[in-house]
Amino acid sequence: MVDATTVRQRAEAFLAGHDPSGLSPLDWLRARFDAGLAWVHFPEGLGGLGAPRDLQGVVEQVFRGTPDNHPGRIGIGLGMAAPTILAYGTEEQKRRFLRPLWTGEEVWCQLFSEPGAGSDLAGLATRAVRDGDEWVVDGQKVWTSSAHHARWGILVARHDPDLPKHRGLTYFVCDMEAPGVEVRPLRQITGEAEFNEVFLTGVRLGDDLRLGEVGEGWRVAQTTLMNERVAIGASGSPRRTMMGVFTEAWQARPELRGHDLHQRALELWVQGEVMRLTGQRLREQLLAGEPGPEGSGMKLLFARHHQEVSALEVEFLREDGLVYDDWTFRRPDGVDFLGRGAGYRYLRAKGNSIEGGTSEILRNIVAERVLGLPAETRTDVAAPWKDLPR
Amino acid sequence: MTLLYTEVEEELRTAVRDLLADKAPAAAEGENAAAWHGLARDIGVAGLLAPGEGGSAREAAVVLEELGRAVTPSPFLTSSVLATRVLVDAGYADISRLASGEATAALCVSLAASPYRAVPVAVVDADRAAGQPAVANAAVILEDERVSGRFTGVAGAVGADLFVVPLDGGRVAVVEGDRARVEPVVSLDVTRPLATVTFERAPALVLDGGSVPDALLFAAGLLASEQVGIAEWCLAATVGYLKERRQFARPVGSFQALKHRLADLWLEVAGARAAARNAADQLAAGADARVAVAVAAAHCGEVAVRAAEEALQLHGGIGMTWEHPIHLYLKRAKADAIAFGTPGDHRNALAPLVGLPAPE
Repeated sequence: MVDATTVRQRAEAFLAGHDPSGLSPLDWLRARFDAGLAWVHFPEGLGGLGAPRDLQGVVEQVFRGTPDNHPGRIGIGLGMAAPTILAYGTEEQKRRFLRPLWTGEEVWCQLFSEPGAGSDLAGLATRAVRDGDEWVVDGQKVWTSSAHHARWGILVARHDPDLPKHRGLTYFVCDMEAPGVEVRPLRQITGEAEFNEVFLTGVRLGDDLRLGEVGEGWRVAQTTLMNERVAIGASGSPRRTMMGVFTEAWQARPELRGHDLHQRALELWVQGEVMRLTGQRLREQLLAGEPGPEGSGMKLLFARHHQEVSALEVEFLREDGLVYDDWTFRRPDGVDFLGRGAGYRYLRAKGNSIEGGTSEILRNIVAERVLGLPAETRTDVAAPWKDLPR
Repeated sequence: MTLLYTEVEEELRTAVRDLLADKAPAAAEGENAAAWHGLARDIGVAGLLAPGEGGSAREAAVVLEELGRAVTPSPFLTSSVLATRVLVDAGYADISRLASGEATAALCVSLAASPYRAVPVAVVDADRAAGQPAVANAAVILEDERVSGRFTGVAGAVGADLFVVPLDGGRVAVVEGDRARVEPVVSLDVTRPLATVTFERAPALVLDGGSVPDALLFAAGLLASEQVGIAEWCLAATVGYLKERRQFARPVGSFQALKHRLADLWLEVAGARAAARNAADQLAAGADARVAVAVAAAHCGEVAVRAAEEALQLHGGIGMTWEHPIHLYLKRAKADAIAFGTPGDHRNALAPLVGLPAPE
């Protein structure tokens, strides 16, 4: 097993041989990938060393200040596409996709949700029809962040409507430059458009873009979604928090303080601190190799906390809470919670309990998988998808 | 620091849990001498907070989790944590009496006392002349080094071998149990009953030092772990029951309305465990634990009550019976949320510490 010392020595030796000022950022990142220092827990030859995941921190420490791959911009690739390709891709697919994914040359997006399939993802209707060595895809996807930058998308489509819903799905890599792919911005309640609608009309994808077996799409998608929740749950505590922004406002505006607001602020401060400690405990469990079920719950906590703190902030600000910073229809690169006004925080936080699994679905998951409570009686699992009422 | 449990802590937990299962099988009222002797003498929990015994606040917290889980009547919190903390602080020479578990002590303050409010102090000169202090819950030292006073709401008093009496000037007096009059009070929490303790010219050993507010804050921080144990039992018992209980031809635990309530409760309990571990860790490290204690006490106090209330409601009618143990947990949880400061007291104490000063 590769240990921390080896990883540190490898990183230091790489840095000694590759002065970042002597190479373009992209060439430097490619070299770093080829040296197995991109994501150390990946296998050798695919940007890693086959080392334990927690040794990544050692690498990042050595490479502080070197060119980065803009992880905020390629989050879907790093957090969702890459682990899925690693788990289900052919050797050729791994070699083709992982390197430009990690260096940021190729942005990825996720084509899962549809207007008719949100929480009930397995009910999705986008069709993939086999035509020789190709698949022809028709349908509509929604809530697709980064689609307008993306070179590739991870796509789940229905190859056989005669099978029960979970069994008729197949997973593909969608070429976002293929004819028939149309990306339209989707304006949100904040005024901007982080997301897109993606219309797929007669899109032809080669069978070499299929990930996993025909009919295995649901299982492959579970790998993607599990990695998404791990990424959300295990992310470190930010240095500046929404509660921190509220506290600064509280200190700056003594004339706006009131007793009711004070009690609610203290409750939320405690809630935020408990959330921080819960996350810290979860990360300790992950490092100790005993992943705790707390991960499933972190997103629930975080959504509620963001919503309650931002709601209190708008109310606290009174007249300033009646003002909004900017309704311009823009295409931001990500969510800028702390750089925007209180009204933006309040509105954008509403999405936290919807995106990446609604809070209601997450409660079901906690109840059934963590607490082991019996599943709801269902009538939609065994019947052919085409016969389900909709 | 770690928010997890060390191997030693897990071994201690197993020992305590096995002993309670053996000696105190069903949650019951009244002290259980066999359980206490096993805990104190065989496992050695009574000395966890005495100097030189090698224990720590982290380990005491684990013991409290198990005592909460079994809602065991026990002098551990009142004697081995609260009174021991004051006596160690005051430099009491004979602490081994408590550490060995041969004797138990009770600190003469109300269980409802807040660490953030000064304890009442007798008006010394006038009170000395009267022979009894003019204010309730205060004691006066008479000229012949004897103590008089009357204290209400004292937990762990029945059967205590020693009383620790707060005096003016940051001093405490130690009085032998047979010199106190102890009148039990019919208490909400039947597993931790209160008493009124009266001293009349009782011979006393006066010690300079022994901070009562510090001891109350310490106890509040560790009580959070007892609250975690209560909440964990309530959650587990309710989840188990909802898997078994059938209505409308299906287990009631399959109804989403109930599942969501339990998922929320599970999340609160997970947070309580992290907050309680953090408080125990900070107290064990001897650091400034004020924020950690206030956060744990504010959160865990409310979570334990909510867990017991949810357990009662979701058990339906059986939860209202004397026969089912839920009532013992509800009574303990509610009393614990008043003990050593309410959740609101702890939140208000945070205001100046976290940059959220109160309005003018």
